[in-house]
Amino acid sequence: MSQLAVTVIGPDRPGIIADVTEALVGTGVNLEDSTMTLLRGHFAMMIVCAGPFDEVKSALEPLRGELVITVRKMGPEHEHAPIGAPYMLSVHGADRPGIVAAVTRMIAAAGGTITDLATRLSGGLYVLTAEVELPPTAELEMLDRALEITAEELGVGVTLRPAESDEL
Amino acid sequence: MITDWSPARLDVQGAVLEVVRAPHPVLATESAEVDPLDPEMIQLAADLVATMRVSPGCVGLAAPQVGVAAQMFSLDVTNHPKTRTCHGVFVLCNAVVVEASRNEKAREGCMSVPDFTGDVKRATRLTVTGVLPGTTDEVTITTDAFEARALQHEIDHCNGQLFLDRVAGAHAVYPRKTYQ
Repeated sequence: MSQLAVTVIGPDRPGIIADVTEALVGTGVNLEDSTMTLLRGHFAMMIVCAGPFDEVKSALEPLRGELVITVRKMGPEHEHAPIGAPYMLSVHGADRPGIVAAVTRMIAAAGGTITDLATRLSGGLYVLTAEVELPPTAELEMLDRALEITAEELGVGVTLRPAESDEL
Repeated sequence: MITDWSPARLDVQGAVLEVVRAPHPVLATESAEVDPLDPEMIQLAADLVATMRVSPGCVGLAAPQVGVAAQMFSLDVTNHPKTRTCHGVFVLCNAVVVEASRNEKAREGCMSVPDFTGDVKRATRLTVTGVLPGTTDEVTITTDAFEARALQHEIDHCNGQLFLDRVAGAHAVYPRKTYQ
């Protein structure tokens, strides 16, 4: 048993998830973390699961053609050590190349890491939302200012706000 | 009056109980109504307060979280930065939401789901009825903000529901971030 990364992408239709996961269940695979979403009409799945590589590959074979499928062996699992407090980053504005690169560079420069990110384009509006962790040493005011300057250059709006949870 | 109530009125020493974690079946069980005068329930009330007190950051604890399928929970949001109206520390039996309005979304964590947090919409104006342990009179609590959220979270526990049952979207569950 190895840890496998399975990716599936193809034109959306009802039943893709059921078809793929049924095929996987037959090999004794246990789905672990996964994310599945629609990206401009393509259905995209990324699954990390533990299972037998050869069996998983052949079980998914009949679905190839309509769907683009990859199965790869992964190295040992890395425990993601949180580096600091969680924040929610949102950016929106007129679409233009370079928004994601510029904004994420600012986060990286502050020592922050992005744990989840999604972008959507609808008409002329571009929207980015991301979960960010910032180290306690990050200069929040500096980062805010840097993001503001970047946003101004790009002609978009940006907000970074704490996403702490309340223990109940 | 609920604000006059204190755990000392239970007149029993509370024990610290072990908190159970999902997927323990008791957390998905609809709890039974309790007799607030039953000595066992009075002991449970004291135990809930004692267990809540020793759990860092814990503002509420429902009986199912200590493995008992009973409609009872303890609550204390005193000094929490998001608290506005505050009724201090209390235990409530057989609590029911009678009025809820003005939903707001916020991120919640739960001692019984230690590895995840989730965005949940909850009413910020709330009226709840219930009975204090050791008494028979029904009390009505009208509150807002963080106390309203905490009450709804605990009443959900009594109905076999976790915040995971109420998350605001497919991407609204997050791996828990614990950092030093």
